[in-house]
Amino acid sequence: MTLEVLAVDDSRTMRDMIRLALEPAGFTVHTADDGVHGTEVLSGITPDVIITDINMPRMDGFGFIDAVRDQSSHRATPILVLTTEAAPELKMRARNAGATGWIVKPFDPAKLVKALQMVAG
Amino acid sequence: MTSPDPMAEIRASFFIECEELLEAMQDELQVMDDGADDTETINIVFRAVHSIKGGAGAFGLEPLVRFAHRYETVLDQVRSGHLTVEPDLLKLFFRAADHLSDLVRACRDELDMPDAEGQAILTELNKHVTEDETEADEEIDFQPLGLALDFDLPDLPDLDATPDNSSPQSGFRITFAPEPEMFETGNDAVPILRALCDMGDCKVTCHTEKIPTLVELAPETPYLWWTIDLHTQAHKDEVTSVFEFVEGLCSLTISSLNDGMTTGETLPSLLELETPAPDSELLPITEEPLAPPIVERKVSTPPPTAAKSVVRVDLDRIERLVNLVGELVINQAMLAQSLESSGLSPHSDAMNGLEEFQRLTRDIQDSVMMIRAQPVKSLFQRMSRIVREASAAVGKDVRLITEGETTEVDKTVIERLADPLTHMIRNAVDHGLENTQDRAAAGKPAEGQVRLTAAHRSGRVIIEVSDDGGGIDRPSVMQIAIDKGLIPADSALSESEIDNLLFLPGFSTAGTVSDLSGRGVGMDVVRTSIQSLGGRISISSNRGEGTTFSISLPLTLAVLDGMVVKVADETLVLPLNVVAETLTLSAENLDEIQPGFNVVRVRGGFVPLFDLGLQLGYRERRDSYVDSAALLITQEDGTRAALIVDEIQDQRQVVIKGLDDGFYRAPGIAAATILGDGQIALILDPSDIIAQASTDIMPAPALQKQEA
Amino acid sequence: MSDKKTATPVELLTFELSDQEYSLDIMCVREIRGWTRATPLPHAPSYMKGVINLRGTVLPVMDLAERLGLPVRDKTERNVIIVVKHDDIMTGLLVDAVSDIIALTEEDLQPPPDSTSGQGPSVIKSLTLIDDRMIRVLDLSHIVNTLRSDAA
Repeated sequence: MTLEVLAVDDSRTMRDMIRLALEPAGFTVHTADDGVHGTEVLSGITPDVIITDINMPRMDGFGFIDAVRDQSSHRATPILVLTTEAAPELKMRARNAGATGWIVKPFDPAKLVKALQMVAG
Repeated sequence: MTSPDPMAEIRASFFIECEELLEAMQDELQVMDDGADDTETINIVFRAVHSIKGGAGAFGLEPLVRFAHRYETVLDQVRSGHLTVEPDLLKLFFRAADHLSDLVRACRDELDMPDAEGQAILTELNKHVTEDETEADEEIDFQPLGLALDFDLPDLPDLDATPDNSSPQSGFRITFAPEPEMFETGNDAVPILRALCDMGDCKVTCHTEKIPTLVELAPETPYLWWTIDLHTQAHKDEVTSVFEFVEGLCSLTISSLNDGMTTGETLPSLLELETPAPDSELLPITEEPLAPPIVERKVSTPPPTAAKSVVRVDLDRIERLVNLVGELVINQAMLAQSLESSGLSPHSDAMNGLEEFQRLTRDIQDSVMMIRAQPVKSLFQRMSRIVREASAAVGKDVRLITEGETTEVDKTVIERLADPLTHMIRNAVDHGLENTQDRAAAGKPAEGQVRLTAAHRSGRVIIEVSDDGGGIDRPSVMQIAIDKGLIPADSALSESEIDNLLFLPGFSTAGTVSDLSGRGVGMDVVRTSIQSLGGRISISSNRGEGTTFSISLPLTLAVLDGMVVKVADETLVLPLNVVAETLTLSAENLDEIQPGFNVVRVRGGFVPLFDLGLQLGYRERRDSYVDSAALLITQEDGTRAALIVDEIQDQRQVVIKGLDDGFYRAPGIAAATILGDGQIALILDPSDIIAQASTDIMPAPALQKQEA
Repeated sequence: MSDKKTATPVELLTFELSDQEYSLDIMCVREIRGWTRATPLPHAPSYMKGVINLRGTVLPVMDLAERLGLPVRDKTERNVIIVVKHDDIMTGLLVDAVSDIIALTEEDLQPPPDSTSGQGPSVIKSLTLIDDRMIRVLDLSHIVNTLRSDAA
């Protein structure tokens, strides 16, 4: 099963890590540097699942999720939020913004793969 | 050049990213220091620390994570408006930023952590963190990547399996009924059911009785619900974790199938205790959200500098390219030589083609050099830290003003400038600036200024360090030099000659040696390192107004505009930029001051004249220099001297081939180059030769006034 | 080092210097090339012949005979430069002629008698006999490093 993923994170290291975790597992990974870039990239692809960071310049993760959910074609696309804190408040905020789930950084590659398969089927 | 270990590559890339983030942080802190007060500024600082923390966590860099986390917490308080940035707090932020960069480097180079300073800063930071946040912090568990690979374990025969309290060989009855919100968040029931089936023997019953008639059916309301009997070895936590994302978005019960026989889990599971009803759960979070709503920013944010697309290249590859281009330039010179000597018409196709070839070669050369060029910004940022530390150490109030940060210089030059610049900046703070009382007495503002500027000027880079201090105390400098036996007591020196005494080995101006710059490293070392870069350093100073040190450097270490000359059958190259003009010596303009010491008259002035062949030991002194050619050299400090050569050949760009540090360092020789015929020609350092020659002629001072 | 009785194989490049036979560990030899005129370095010690162009890099060349205090001969077409690398630094050693590559073991090498190390550390690391001829094995570090401290 080849899943297409869009990963949005302003940290190059994180983007690299996500790529490293997912590509060997057979995912096709697209990346974007921030929310604005993410929406641009999204206009050209139809990912099965989206991963996004929260703290980003230009447009943060919440703004990005809003923007994604505003597009009817991506209303149901699963979105996982990358967060450094496991604080329940942050999870709730992400969910209220329309996120499907969350991954706590630093993530374990196997868990990330599992979580993605979990939400994207 | 593919690294076998992708993690190592990412790790390396992480540290490069850290440098960029630290740089951005410094910038924004500086903006704050300059009085700007907008939210994006603090956001950038916050994000930088946050990203460093994130990456550090991934690589298990515990100390870095800890420090970054605390720093981030305080920054977040500022971000959310709970804390205002007072000057003291900003100072702390700068200190913390400096420490963070120390930690990053320590982690990168696997050095010992500078713990004491870190503890001190943490203590300071903690004063700005409210109590419960401090505690919460300790619980945050940053597990290094790759440890928790326990995902597939349930499938493996569990050899250690001993019957424990949670009944390994058991099953669960799960009831699962999605709420509408579950689908709004992009969750779906199917993958969840599939995940459950993956865990063991699964019997799924779908309940359809809630589905209304078509007329009543609301399109986005879930009507289905499920009962799942799962026989699995998995623990309850694992089953629960399948529902992690939909917790609160569905009604869910998980109970043991072994109905009260063993563990007898009751219906209200852990899960339900944690998360009551979906709706009530959404409300309480309004109280002090961790991150303020910053979604609106997406409109108001000023357009950021468009992220440039960047390729990271191994420096070795660039080195190789630079060398190849060097070869190309040499080759082109050789080709030009042989075409010209073949007597072709300058209008022939071959000669036209050569011209085009030369232009292309020059362009390629410039472009290749640009690859290694970097803005001096990172260097300047390091200096602002030096100023902060130095001013704190000597108790002076100092502001660093930088200009021309975007000026680009060869990367290797930048790296090798750090030490001399550090020393100069420390000197400026320590010796250049007066103490606060003296400044007040002189009617100057209490805050001293150190200015660091960079600019391109006529093919060179000029870097200046200036202070608005008391200027050089020349009588005292003279006295020190005399006391130390560096110059004779009766020396009559010009102002600039006195200033240049600072560059003499063994000279130190500090009346009291402070622990800051009185470390035995003098300005002579600074000058030596600048010279080794093909640069020059000069001083100008006005009593009461301050001192300026000016460094002039070649743009790149690789190419030089040279004047090619012949001396005693050897071909030599002089840097063109020091050659003011060429002279022909005649009986009229040549005078002997004392045996072996000649001067040449240039527009009424007497310029000392040295025989290059003699100075280099290539040949004996000539009886007469009438009709010889000479090059008038202007040095950085403005003094002039003329060098006698046998023949001036031409002006040409040459590729500089460094002489290894490892081998014999000839005095007066800066580097070498390879000529069109494949022979090596030495590139001279005229200033060194002139200084040497002056000493030879007048043993005592190299600085005796020689010019009328 | 040489008193360790191991059978470690060693390969030596042997060459002539003023009618004597010398050798170097082949591992430090990068290449051998014919003699070309070197560009002299001003004020250099007389054994420093100058620098030559070795495919685009500047290679310092020293007259090994002169460096070792042996009688110096006029340079001819037969002279060769042995390019050696020691501590990452390339140096050219001008010798009279290259003779052979010989393979032996550490056991065949003997330390030189103490008397040979009259002035300071010996440049001769060990000695060996091949067909009754004595071959001196040079210690590069003492040849190249001394050069460096001269410059300091």
